[in-house]
Amino acid sequence: MGNVPAAVKHCLSHEALAQEHPWLLRWLVDEKSAAICDFPKAVKVVEVGPRDGLQNEKEMVPTGVKIQLIDMLSETGLPVIEATSFVSSKWVPQMADHAEVLKGISLAPHVRYPVLTPNMQGFHAAVDAGATEVAVFGSASETFCKNNINCSIEESFQRFKEIISSAKQAHIPVRGYVSCAVACPYEGHVEPAKVAEVAKRLYELGCYEVSLCDTTGVGTPGSMASMLKCVVKEVPTNALAVHCHDTYGQALANVLIALQMGISVVDSSVAGLGGCPFAKGATGNVSTEDVVYMLNGLGIETGVNLSKVIHAGEFICKALNRSTNSKVAQATLKSETS
Amino acid sequence: MGLNRVHVHVGVQLLRVHFPQVAASAGKSLPEKVKIVEVGPRDGLQNEKTIVPAEVKICLIDMLSEAGLPVIEATSFVSPKWVPQMADQVEVMKGISKKPGVNYPVLTPNLKGFQAAVKAGATEVAIFGAASELFSKKNINCSVEESLQRFEEVAKAAKEQGVAVRGYVSCVLGCPYEGKVAPGKVAQVAKRLYAMGCYEISLGDTTGVGTPGGMIEMLEAVKHEVPVEALAVHCHDTYGQALANILVALQMGISVVDSSVAGLGGCPYAQGASGNVATEDVVYMLHGLGIQTGVDLAKLMDAGAFICQSLNRRTSSKVAQAASFQAILQF
Repeated sequence: MGNVPAAVKHCLSHEALAQEHPWLLRWLVDEKSAAICDFPKAVKVVEVGPRDGLQNEKEMVPTGVKIQLIDMLSETGLPVIEATSFVSSKWVPQMADHAEVLKGISLAPHVRYPVLTPNMQGFHAAVDAGATEVAVFGSASETFCKNNINCSIEESFQRFKEIISSAKQAHIPVRGYVSCAVACPYEGHVEPAKVAEVAKRLYELGCYEVSLCDTTGVGTPGSMASMLKCVVKEVPTNALAVHCHDTYGQALANVLIALQMGISVVDSSVAGLGGCPFAKGATGNVSTEDVVYMLNGLGIETGVNLSKVIHAGEFICKALNRSTNSKVAQATLKSETS
Repeated sequence: MGLNRVHVHVGVQLLRVHFPQVAASAGKSLPEKVKIVEVGPRDGLQNEKTIVPAEVKICLIDMLSEAGLPVIEATSFVSPKWVPQMADQVEVMKGISKKPGVNYPVLTPNLKGFQAAVKAGATEVAIFGAASELFSKKNINCSVEESLQRFEEVAKAAKEQGVAVRGYVSCVLGCPYEGKVAPGKVAQVAKRLYAMGCYEISLGDTTGVGTPGGMIEMLEAVKHEVPVEALAVHCHDTYGQALANILVALQMGISVVDSSVAGLGGCPYAQGASGNVATEDVVYMLHGLGIQTGVDLAKLMDAGAFICQSLNRRTSSKVAQAASFQAILQF
């Protein structure tokens, strides 16, 4: 430090400071905890059970049951409920009753009911049925895109451009999804830069929000953080959401790291509906109950009534004749009966 | 020496330099290595309904030793009257192939158990305190203070005989009887166990009710009393929160994690619900984070498959479930 008086050197010595003023060290340790605790005050939970969940369930669910599920979810305080998909019933028989479902549900005020629209035909049908929000599904993997919607990523953007343009004219907001945001069941690892590129295109095309999906659930907080670090450079954090699958049990840890990185929109599925189509029998979507439980514990506002969600989950599992994938629901229901 | 704003500012900058983990990327630095303490053969099996023959337990422990786990809780020297599953404690202890470099701690709830453990060849023991009075009363029929006095005896004897002692604190994030547990109480019990000679204190979320916020708060309190290198977390996955809780614990500097192969061991307070977090799922996360564990995930899954077959039950590990349908891809 050169010609510095001893007294100043003493003051500048961190050992002396720590010894003489222990509150300083404690303050910095607390700052570390505070940084880990840097969570958003509120998180919007996007419920995808009735669409993404049911679409990946083997059992065909009657329209009446779907409508009842959505109505029950509307009572829970969930602000967004993905209601159905205007995809050809040839490809997704579970969603064949899309118009009936959309027309049959009781539209609760303050709740949004986006529907999937893979193409212009689907978009028109959705609008005819009363849709006020739509969603488009992009992919960060060429092979997945080809296998899923039979076109390249670039071709899919052309398709979405048309939909988004028509939606804009009709004042209908569009949500974008990027699947394979961490890895692809065919290509393996997906480069974060590619995810960022696709997310950016969707955002620039006009999607108000882009949901980043760990389609196969292989992501860990490490790969999640690497991906998000890249994406937040291209898309504003408040326009991003995470859609984590729990196939490898990593979902809540991945959601947590996303929250620490400033993400405040989380997709989830009541009762963890929706298995993994790439590992038949394995789990898929993360359970809304488990996500809400964690957010409640963190003191983060969601507006969601957890017991009502558990109740809705119980209902749909009974209808599907299957057990819930939600640990919170299992524990709650087991302790109630034991 | 009076402290003025200049000193504080400069001091803080220096401290930031000397404690880089508290700098811009604060709170998110993770340990390079994590020691996994495998509790399946004891904590796991103890909470399984099916009684498992000694040779199956021995085979399980030997397979876990081959999987690279550095610590494997082998059995419990508790009275078979209370825990019939652990009645074969001596046979198991004498029957396992002790791999060099691997520790095989055993539970010793009292001096009698300790003596039996040492006689059977134990070189490390574990004692179980609680942060909740009601839980202590219901579990071991005495107050927390009385239990600590009991453990002092064990710790003293262990010290005399050169036997290492690991301490556990249960109910650190909630009690099935009392509900909320004060972080200060957890810190107090951890401090007592550490002071009596436990080289490591494992903090157990016994009912799995904890969430990352509670974990951070509790660890903050305990870290003031016990060095972080001497702390471990023992998370239950009853509410699906375990991996998220472990993640924040790692961010807080914890580098020892307890887990149970195949997620063995249900929750005794919510019959049928899950309990221990699965070692496979923990290892998958740690490896994905670039953290070294020394564990071979494939061999670990073999051990899990073996014990589930013996117990005639499905694994609670999501990684193992996914693996049964496709090759494991690590990202």
